[in-house]
Amino acid sequence: MSAPVPPVLEARDLARSFGGVKAVDGASFSVEAGKLVALIGPNGAGKTTCFNMLNGQIKPDRGEVLLAGQPITGLAPRKIWRLGVGRTFQITATFASMTVRENVQMALISHAGKSWRLFGRADQRRLGPADALLAQVGMAEQAEHACGVLAYGDLKRVELAVALANEPKLLLMDEPTAGMAPQERIALMALTARIARQRGIAVLFTEHDMDVVFAHADRVLVLDRGRLIASGTSAEVRSNPQVRAVYLGSGVTSGGH
Amino acid sequence: MLDLVLTQTLNGLASASSLFLVACGLSIIFGVTRIVNFAHGSLYMLGGYLAFTLVTWLGPADPLGFWGGVILAVLLTGLAGVLIEALILRRIYQAPELFQLLATFGVVLMLQDIALATWGPEDKLGPRAPGFRSFVILFDNRFPSYELFLIAVGPVVLGLIWLLFHRTRWGVLIRAATQDREMVSALGVNQRLLFTSVFAFGAALAGLGGALQLPREAINLHMDLSMIAEAFVVVVVGGLGSVTGAYLAAVLIGVLHAFGILILPKITLVLVFLVMAAVLIVRPHGLLGKAAVEPRGHAGQLFLLRPADGAAKAFGAVALGLLVLAPLVVPDHVVLTLTDLVIFAVFAASLHLLMGPGGITSFGHAAYFGLGAYGAALAVKWLGSPMEEALMLAPLMAGIAGAIFGWFCVRLSGVYLAMLTLAFAQIAWATAFQWVDLTGGDNGILGVWPSAWAVPKMAFYYLALAIAVLVIAALRIIIFAPFGYALRAGRDSPLRAEAIGLDVGRLQWAAFVIAAIAAGIAGGLFAFSKGSVFPTYMAIPRSVDALLMVLLGGVQTVAGPVIGAFAYMGLNEQLMKLTAYWRFVLGLSIVLLVVLFPRGLVGTWLYWRARRESAAQAAATA
Repeated sequence: MSAPVPPVLEARDLARSFGGVKAVDGASFSVEAGKLVALIGPNGAGKTTCFNMLNGQIKPDRGEVLLAGQPITGLAPRKIWRLGVGRTFQITATFASMTVRENVQMALISHAGKSWRLFGRADQRRLGPADALLAQVGMAEQAEHACGVLAYGDLKRVELAVALANEPKLLLMDEPTAGMAPQERIALMALTARIARQRGIAVLFTEHDMDVVFAHADRVLVLDRGRLIASGTSAEVRSNPQVRAVYLGSGVTSGGH
Repeated sequence: MLDLVLTQTLNGLASASSLFLVACGLSIIFGVTRIVNFAHGSLYMLGGYLAFTLVTWLGPADPLGFWGGVILAVLLTGLAGVLIEALILRRIYQAPELFQLLATFGVVLMLQDIALATWGPEDKLGPRAPGFRSFVILFDNRFPSYELFLIAVGPVVLGLIWLLFHRTRWGVLIRAATQDREMVSALGVNQRLLFTSVFAFGAALAGLGGALQLPREAINLHMDLSMIAEAFVVVVVGGLGSVTGAYLAAVLIGVLHAFGILILPKITLVLVFLVMAAVLIVRPHGLLGKAAVEPRGHAGQLFLLRPADGAAKAFGAVALGLLVLAPLVVPDHVVLTLTDLVIFAVFAASLHLLMGPGGITSFGHAAYFGLGAYGAALAVKWLGSPMEEALMLAPLMAGIAGAIFGWFCVRLSGVYLAMLTLAFAQIAWATAFQWVDLTGGDNGILGVWPSAWAVPKMAFYYLALAIAVLVIAALRIIIFAPFGYALRAGRDSPLRAEAIGLDVGRLQWAAFVIAAIAAGIAGGLFAFSKGSVFPTYMAIPRSVDALLMVLLGGVQTVAGPVIGAFAYMGLNEQLMKLTAYWRFVLGLSIVLLVVLFPRGLVGTWLYWRARRESAAQAAATA
């Protein structure tokens, strides 16, 4: 018997305050390889703050983040990325002056450690892998388009392709389907789930759309005013009276947010 | 000793007043309109000249004549502000920030020649102010009472502005607009009226600053740029949009100046800019400034950057062919002009690396051009280097400066970064100007001649052309290489760039060094082309030249800056030959260009082409 494999992501007692407001107050959870875990909660519950602490954009006041057992607390986002964490943002962030393919190429070039090369055309590098990733997220046909002119849902797909470029162990997706049409949401999350299971990627995502959450999440974490109030399968969380009181009871939305 | 300290403090405070008035107007205008008004120093100069004329006309000895003249001058300067806002700026509020800056620099040039034509080149000495002609004895020192009056002006105006901002609706609107302009316009405030009135108010303050200098020092044609550089420092140190901050900074700078002259006369200018750099590093938004609300939505449309297509490459090849053949047919003086043009094309291309892919605005790129020139000249003068060796030392010196200055600059962003680049350029300029033993000061370094083989005009031209082609080609390769893409990634979305492992700060720093090296090569060539170097090589106008070349050509393409360099410097040279008032014509051309082509020349062409293509596509699908 070998030692138990640590989970891909483990957060221990994370806390962060802004002024007097405890945005996140002692959250502990973990995500295993190949699993999709949803982090839900009403607006202002601390989901985005939680995310930003996990990928290094803000430093926690307290607590620890472990990636495959190694502490990564307080490292810069780019270092955390190098360790195998992909990220998509609530408001999409892509490179508007580059084509869809070049966006992915840029991430691949950075992953290969070649972003300081002063010569050789960047748009000729890593063409095959870039197109493969784009095909995977269904953006192959729009590879030549400028990112600045894409529809929002397509930008989300590009972001997913970019986030997959460093062969991540862990994907952090902040509201991956916000701003998309209802069918598109289900399709994107189904795609994400398929890729995650295939490659054994651990996925943590926040989401407002309960249809998406209950359809795809292996486990659901419920955050309220900075504290984790429930954790379990969709069915368990749905029937949890505390969750119903603070969250589902107060006007659950289906398809909207 | 104590009395000396006291007198110098009072001197510093007195000079702080005018500085505060100008900086405060600049700050208020920036706060509301987001326009960095380069012409604010010119309005200060205009106030001084107008006061001189009006006071002389109304009777300088009569208190009513003097003070009436000052007040009239202030009002007229305010009116000039209204004209500038209504005729020029109002048309370009939607244009990119830098184009607005260019337009205001066009106004600087126009006002310089208007002042020259109206008041002539001689300094104008004003009368002493009635009622403040005597001295006050302070600690056994005679102290002019007018200085004491000036010391009082600062706090009094500060108090009045505070009342205006807190007790009137107009003032509240200004404070609101400074915090969040879009919100104010969403609330239904008449922006047009607000902007015009703010500009008038800011201009009047600058006018007051100039008019009050009349009894103190001679009014001259150089007041504008020396004031604007210091006013930038004050505004940035105090915090953009903060009036109280501007006062504190003006006092700090004024007193620093007064003591600097006493203790370290050789580095007073350097001292001022060092203080600014220090403040910005500790408090990136100035003493009392806050981070402003960024405009919402997409910050400007970002064009897809593509390598040149076949037609553009053919055009480039033909142009290069013409440049190669030109010396065989054109007379010598045209070869000289062409030499300058290819050198400036390198200079423009180097700035483009920062401004285009880097997204970094530099107000002080002339520093690296000038340091390159001085690097070459100092090598010739002190080391006895031949041209070939000196041309290697030029980019080395510029590159080292780029590494040092850039290290500080990339910590900031936006307007603060741009102003810090200006401050560093002023440090470089001041060093060349004040360190007479090493650099010859204002007299420059003469006798920087090429090696014998490159002395013929044609030979030097081919040398310059060959180096220019190599440097520009290298910059182009860098822009399309992974490094250029990574740099652009940091510009497009710093958040995403960091999230895919790119170290944006370091990439920008490296871009600073590369741009400085390229500019240094241009500077070194320029030194040998002219046979001499002067501090003006790194003065503000030269930095603005570079900005104009890049923006005129358009930042969206790699070829743009090169075309911009030829268009702008070509125009410049022709104008200088045609008329003594070339500044006015140039300024007017800049203003017209910005109003007519807010995307730059190449940018406008790209836009037209894109529109034609999409129209053709629409027609094809229909």
